[in-house]
Amino acid sequence: MKILTNPSAGVDTTMMLVFVVAVLTMPFWLTLIGAGYPDLMQKFVIFGLFATGFNILFGLTGYLSFGHAAFLGIGSYTAVWSFKLLGMNPIPAAIFAVAVSGVFALVIGFISLRRSGIYFSILTLAFAQMCYALAYSVLTPITNGETGLRVIGDDPRILDGIITSGVNPSTPTVNLFGLDLTQTWVWNGYYFNAGFYFCAIILIIGSYIAMRIFRSPFGLMLKAVKTNQNRLNYTGVNTKPYTLAAFVISGMYAGLAGALLCITDPLAGAERMQWTASGEVVLMVILGGMGTLMGPMLGAGIIKFAEQKFSTWGKTELHEFFAFIPDGIRDTVVSVASLFVGSGWHLTLGLVFMLIVIYLPGGIVEGGRRILMWASGSNRRNRKLQAAAQAAE
Amino acid sequence: MSLIKTNIDRRGVLKGTAAAGLAAPMFMNGKAWADAHAYLNAPTGKSVTLGFNVPQTGPYADEGADELRAYKLAVKHLNGEGDGGMMNTMTVKGGKTGLTGNGVLGKKVEYVTGDTQTKSDAARSSAKKMIEADKAVMITGGSSSGVAIAVQSLCQEAGVIFMAGLTHSNDTTGKDKRANGFRHFFNAYMSGAALAPVLEKAYGKDRKAYHLTADYTWGWTQEASIAASTEAVGWETMKKVKTPVGAGDFSQYITPVLESGADVLVLNHYGNDMVNSLTQAVKFGLRDKQVNGKDFTIVVPLYSRLMAAGAGENVKGIFGSTNWHWSLTDEGSKAFVKSFGQEYGFPPSQAAHTCYVQTLLYANAAETAGTFNPCGIVEALEGLEFDGMGNGPTLYRADDHQCFKDVLVVKGNENPTSKFDILEVVEVTPAEQVTYAPDHPMFTGGELGECNAGA
Repeated sequence: MKILTNPSAGVDTTMMLVFVVAVLTMPFWLTLIGAGYPDLMQKFVIFGLFATGFNILFGLTGYLSFGHAAFLGIGSYTAVWSFKLLGMNPIPAAIFAVAVSGVFALVIGFISLRRSGIYFSILTLAFAQMCYALAYSVLTPITNGETGLRVIGDDPRILDGIITSGVNPSTPTVNLFGLDLTQTWVWNGYYFNAGFYFCAIILIIGSYIAMRIFRSPFGLMLKAVKTNQNRLNYTGVNTKPYTLAAFVISGMYAGLAGALLCITDPLAGAERMQWTASGEVVLMVILGGMGTLMGPMLGAGIIKFAEQKFSTWGKTELHEFFAFIPDGIRDTVVSVASLFVGSGWHLTLGLVFMLIVIYLPGGIVEGGRRILMWASGSNRRNRKLQAAAQAAE
Repeated sequence: MSLIKTNIDRRGVLKGTAAAGLAAPMFMNGKAWADAHAYLNAPTGKSVTLGFNVPQTGPYADEGADELRAYKLAVKHLNGEGDGGMMNTMTVKGGKTGLTGNGVLGKKVEYVTGDTQTKSDAARSSAKKMIEADKAVMITGGSSSGVAIAVQSLCQEAGVIFMAGLTHSNDTTGKDKRANGFRHFFNAYMSGAALAPVLEKAYGKDRKAYHLTADYTWGWTQEASIAASTEAVGWETMKKVKTPVGAGDFSQYITPVLESGADVLVLNHYGNDMVNSLTQAVKFGLRDKQVNGKDFTIVVPLYSRLMAAGAGENVKGIFGSTNWHWSLTDEGSKAFVKSFGQEYGFPPSQAAHTCYVQTLLYANAAETAGTFNPCGIVEALEGLEFDGMGNGPTLYRADDHQCFKDVLVVKGNENPTSKFDILEVVEVTPAEQVTYAPDHPMFTGGELGECNAGA
């Protein structure tokens, strides 16, 4: 059990390998639970990346940003503009999205990080809402406002043909040097989508970088900021460059995730910058386990899966689901349960979130750990060990 | 986006579209290779799935709810339940339709629903889910042009048919038209062409108009259309102000209207936005004012009964246009109002009407084509002349997939006899008067392209 709480390089390698295999085989095992279609799988990996990046800021430094959706949106708009001006290749789109969102994160982070705690959260929220308002109505010529920014037939796309090939000029799709990313291969009912694999590879790279950051001296410094920033300041350490770096890195992850959203579906709407989107990523990280490597990805997957399932359920599905209950009672059960599905699925999300925060503050990852410990029968011994470790801190 | 690509020839239906080098890469898929006319989501069992993508939340949720009612009714009628509604009155090319109440092509019609939230992002995501997970062969719905255009281009890329619901922007069948997309609803240009003569008669040639416009594709094209057609009868456009969708409070936009010297306020708003802006304009006393020696008036170019009901007393005497109204007395309208009323207890809205008609038109096209293959459907719908659907003789024009039919000019009823009798039809503008050339400057800039069957 020691290795789980205090990982060594060997464990990291194993974990990374398991993760890579799990991500690449998603089409197989997700099909078993009815989630193996391209759109949802793409969402899993993209929001997994978003949450992973957010965790670098929130999980390590403890700074809670309520405005990361702004970077997601900035990344999206940059990517679509890259498609429109340069061509349908996803690589320049992703690079520009990371760069531009990084610049925005630098500016917003520089100002917001003058404060900490709740004031920092409110500042980031204010900036994100400003970005949203700009995109929604003020900067309409750049963002196309409510209609959403799309790639259209007569965009210049000056490098199309050089960095892409075989793009249909009237309905252009994202194209990686000739490979159409909207392409799906079907084999025995399993879907293998090119766009999904593109995102999956980026997620794997992103997770690897996140892991290296977690294990680096820089990551250790960020954890120190979370534990006691005052003590660091008293010892003469200037923490601002560290927190700002963490903010910019997580902003770049968000920008990259935004670009991937447009790589899988080339449309950027202002809605994805709204505060609800910023709140969603906070939920993902807390639900999965903040400060853990794999937790945020789990959280993202569970929330996106639940959204897709519960938000489309209606009374018919509930009647089928509760078919085992006798008729008389079933109607009552269904009418109560129907409050929690469809447009009311946020109620379900809220309940689950409350349960997690109250009973499992470490998120699903902590739940998994507890089960492991219980299974290995070393429950009591480890609690003692943990208590001892905490006392030593 | 395209699932299951093979190198099988697409059936190029459109004349004049150069077969752009769509070198579909070769990928092995046993099934697709065996079927020479493979298409995406071809139904294999005893049923066929349609996707109803409507706003269930957001500023257009009322319209969305009514659209969904209409879709469910249409599915019932297609499957032979209920009284059949417009299936009994519908005629194509002067003859009977292929619809018998035995489903479509012998397959039972089933449906999945989704919530567009009146957001392009959410609408596309929901449509993608219906295509990829639920295997829908056709997506329909929408109560916002921004959403309709976004979903239409998604359906084109994916290779399914999109039957637009309530979308009034010129762009839907103008610069953003797509081969796989079809619109039965009228558009902003038609509203302008039908309204301008009535407004001229009622208010004279010497008027100064002030536009408040919902800031997205529909608002932009409606503002341009109404401004152009009213300027043609001699009006002057003083100012055009864009307002964000779902703003709620319009008072900051209404206060400057009186100081501008304008004597007509044109509200290019829809749904709850129109309810709020009109109510606030009336509360501010705009309609009691005298400007330039004339009574100040308000015009709402796109009207709907649901909105008028929301705005209550405030709509009395206000002009607008609508695609259809339940008080029409032709056989088709009567049949539809009757079966909708029996099912739900109140008359249908224009949104419900257009969605119901679109579903039947799709079903009939599938019967005609003998397949659900999008390219076959496109062939069957292009240039289709039909009647008995409440709008008189109607043409689905092949050039832009837009329906051409009569347009209703309506006015808020001064003496309503029931709570549904809110609008009165002032004039039925004949189709010829609202027809425009396919290369009209307001509609150029896009191409239909080639139909996409997605396989």
